[in-house]
Amino acid sequence: MGDVVISVEHLFKEYRLGVLNYGTLRQDLQSWWARMRGEDDPNALVSAHHAAADVMGHILALNDVSFDVRQGEVVGIIGRNGAGKSTLLKILSRVTAPSKGLVKLRGRVGSLLEVGTGFHPELTGRENIYLNGAILGMTRREIAKKFDEIVDFAELGRFIDTPVKRYSSGMYVRLAFAVAAHLEPEILLVDEVLAVGDAQFQKKCLGKMGEVAKGGRTVLFVSHNMGAVKNLCPHAVLIRNGEIACIGRSEECIRQYLNEGRETASSHPRYRSPERKTHPYITTAAITTLRGRDDVFSCEDDIVLDVCFEDFGLKNLAVGLAVKNDEGVYIHHSSDEYTQSLRSKNSRRCTIPAQSLLPGKYFIDLFLMVRNIELYDSVIDTLDVTLGGDSLEAVQLSANMWKGVSSPKLIKWE
Amino acid sequence: MSFKQANGWTAIIQPSRGWFDVKISDLWSYRDLILLFVRRDFVANYKQTVLGPLWFILQPLFSTLVFTVVFGNIAKIPTDGVPHVLFYMSGIVMWNYFADCLTKTSNTFVNNAAIFGKVYFPRLAVPVSVVLTNLLTFMIQFCLLAFFLVYFSVRGADVRMHPLIGMLPLLLAQMAALGLGVGILVSSLTTRYRDLTFVMGFGVQLWMYATPIVYPLSQIPERWRWVSALNPMTAVVETFRYMLLGTGTFLPAYYAVSVTMTCVLLVIGLCMFSRVEKTFMDTI
Repeated sequence: MGDVVISVEHLFKEYRLGVLNYGTLRQDLQSWWARMRGEDDPNALVSAHHAAADVMGHILALNDVSFDVRQGEVVGIIGRNGAGKSTLLKILSRVTAPSKGLVKLRGRVGSLLEVGTGFHPELTGRENIYLNGAILGMTRREIAKKFDEIVDFAELGRFIDTPVKRYSSGMYVRLAFAVAAHLEPEILLVDEVLAVGDAQFQKKCLGKMGEVAKGGRTVLFVSHNMGAVKNLCPHAVLIRNGEIACIGRSEECIRQYLNEGRETASSHPRYRSPERKTHPYITTAAITTLRGRDDVFSCEDDIVLDVCFEDFGLKNLAVGLAVKNDEGVYIHHSSDEYTQSLRSKNSRRCTIPAQSLLPGKYFIDLFLMVRNIELYDSVIDTLDVTLGGDSLEAVQLSANMWKGVSSPKLIKWE
Repeated sequence: MSFKQANGWTAIIQPSRGWFDVKISDLWSYRDLILLFVRRDFVANYKQTVLGPLWFILQPLFSTLVFTVVFGNIAKIPTDGVPHVLFYMSGIVMWNYFADCLTKTSNTFVNNAAIFGKVYFPRLAVPVSVVLTNLLTFMIQFCLLAFFLVYFSVRGADVRMHPLIGMLPLLLAQMAALGLGVGILVSSLTTRYRDLTFVMGFGVQLWMYATPIVYPLSQIPERWRWVSALNPMTAVVETFRYMLLGTGTFLPAYYAVSVTMTCVLLVIGLCMFSRVEKTFMDTI
C-alpha cells in the first residue's frame, strides 16, 4: 500500500449543549459583566438531564480519535446514530473545525455529504453542472472536459438547457449525482448520500462507488448499510460514543457493530402499560422463545407472546395481534375469537410457529377490543423482535436475498 | 494544487488559532467558483422578470426622479450648482454600490448555511463574488450616469470632469473594500446576534442620510464637517463628485481618514470572518 494520505491525530470535538445559538447581545453582556465581577454566570447552560453530558454542559462528539489511512484504501466508517461518524466527516471535509487535535491530508479532498449542494433552481442544467462542480472543488476546465460524460450519465439529453426547477425530482437527483460521481479528487469522503433515491438508483450509485474505489483513490465511506460497507470497503472503523471501538478488517468491525445492538437490547422485548386506565386495557406483554434463549430470536424457533389485560368485568373481550415488518407492511393478523380453550380469563399466550417469518425486524401490534363494537386499547410500534437466521450478521447481509414478506411452510417439497 | 505545505501534506486541519488566519492563495485557487457565483447571482436575479436587466437602470432612474422632486424642488437643498439630476444620480449610483455590497454580504453565513454545512470552499468566496456581482450592476448604472453627463454637457451645464477621474477604479476598489469589510463583519456577528439583521435594514438607510448623497458637504457648517468626515463614505462620495462633476470638496485629509478607516474595518472584518467561518456551523 502507498503512503499515508489521511492522518488523524488525537482529534477531539466538543459541543456545548443548550440554546447557545439564539444568544442575544444582552445575555452576552450580562454573562460578561457577571464574570468580570467574579459571580456565577446567570446564563450558564443547564443540562442535568442529558446523560452523556458532564457537569459543564459539554459533550464530546469525538474523544481522542486517531487513525491513518493509506493511499488507495477504501475505509468504511460505521457506528450507531450519534456515535460521531458525521462529525468526523465534517471535520475531515473542513465544514467545521476540531476543538483539539490535528488532521493532515495529502491530496485534494472531495466531500459528498449531500447530492446537489448549491443547485440553483432558476439556472439551467448546464449552468448547474458548472456551478455544482465548482462548489465540489472542480475547476472549470475539468468540468468542461467531463461535461458530455456527466450529461450522458444523468440521461438528460435535450433537457440540459432547461432550468432545473422544471425537472422532475428524479431528473434532479440524477443530475446531482452525475456531477458528484465525476468528481475526481484524490481523497473522497462520502456520507450516506446513497440513502436517497429508489433501489435502482442506489444500485447505480454503489456501482459507481465501486468503480471509484478500484480507480486507486482513497475513499472514506460512512454508511449504515452493512452490505455496502462489506462489499466496498476491505477496512473499516467502528466508532462508539465518539471513540474508536474497532479498527481493521471490515468483517470484524461489522460483527462488533451488530453485537453492539444486541447488548443494548439484552432483555427480551416487553411492554408494560404506563398508567392505570379506567376502561379495559392491556397491562403487560412480553415476547420470549420456547427454547429459553432470550437474547437471540431465530426463525427456527417458535416465538411466544404473553399478554395480560384488565377486563373490568367485560366478558366478550378479544385480543388481536398484527405482525408488521420494518417497512410498515402488515404481514399477518390474528385474534383469539372462536378459540375454545383459553388458558385464563385475563391473559393469553400466543405462539408464532417456527419458520413462518423471514429473518428481519418485526413489530407486533396488539389490540384489545370487542369485535365490531369498541377498540379499547392498542399497543402499536412498541414491541419489536429481530429474527436472525443463524446470526444477526446474516440478517443484515442476506435481507435482500429473500423474496416476499413472509415464508409460512405452505408449499411442500419432495 | 498550488498550496503545498511542508512534508508533502496539502492541508492541515486544526482548531482555529490566532486572529488573522486568512489564506488569500486558497481563495485564488477557487477563482472559477467565484466567477460562477457571480454569473449565478447576475443571471438568476432577473430570470422570469419581464423587464430583466432593465431594472438595473430603472431603479436609479426613479430614485433620482424622487430625490429631484423631494429634495431639489420641494426642500430646495442646493447642489453646488450642478444640475439636480446629475447631482443626485451620481450620489445614488455610488451609494447603491456600497449599500448593495454591505447588505448582501452581511447575511453571508445565515443565507448560505445549507451549502456551508455540506461542503468546504473558502467562505470568503461568497462575499467576494457578491462584491463583483455588484460591480457589474454599478457599470451598467455608471453608463446611465455617463449618458446623462453627456446630455447635460451638450445642453451647456457647468460640469468639468477632473483629470483625477483616472483614479476612479481605485475609488471603486476602496468602496468595495469598505462594503466587504463592514458586510463580513456584520455577517460574522449575525451568526450570534440575529438582532443585527434588523439593525441592517434601517441602519443602511440612516447611513445614507449621514453621507452627502442628498446634500453636498458644503452645506454642513465648517465647524462640524470633521464629524461628517469620520464617515468613510463621505470622502468617497465627495471625491467621486469632484472627479466627475468638478464640484464638491476634495480634501486629502478627509480622504486619508476614509482610506485608513476602510483598511481598519476590512482587517477587522477579515479577522472576525476567519474566526467565525471555522465553527459557525456548530452555532448557527
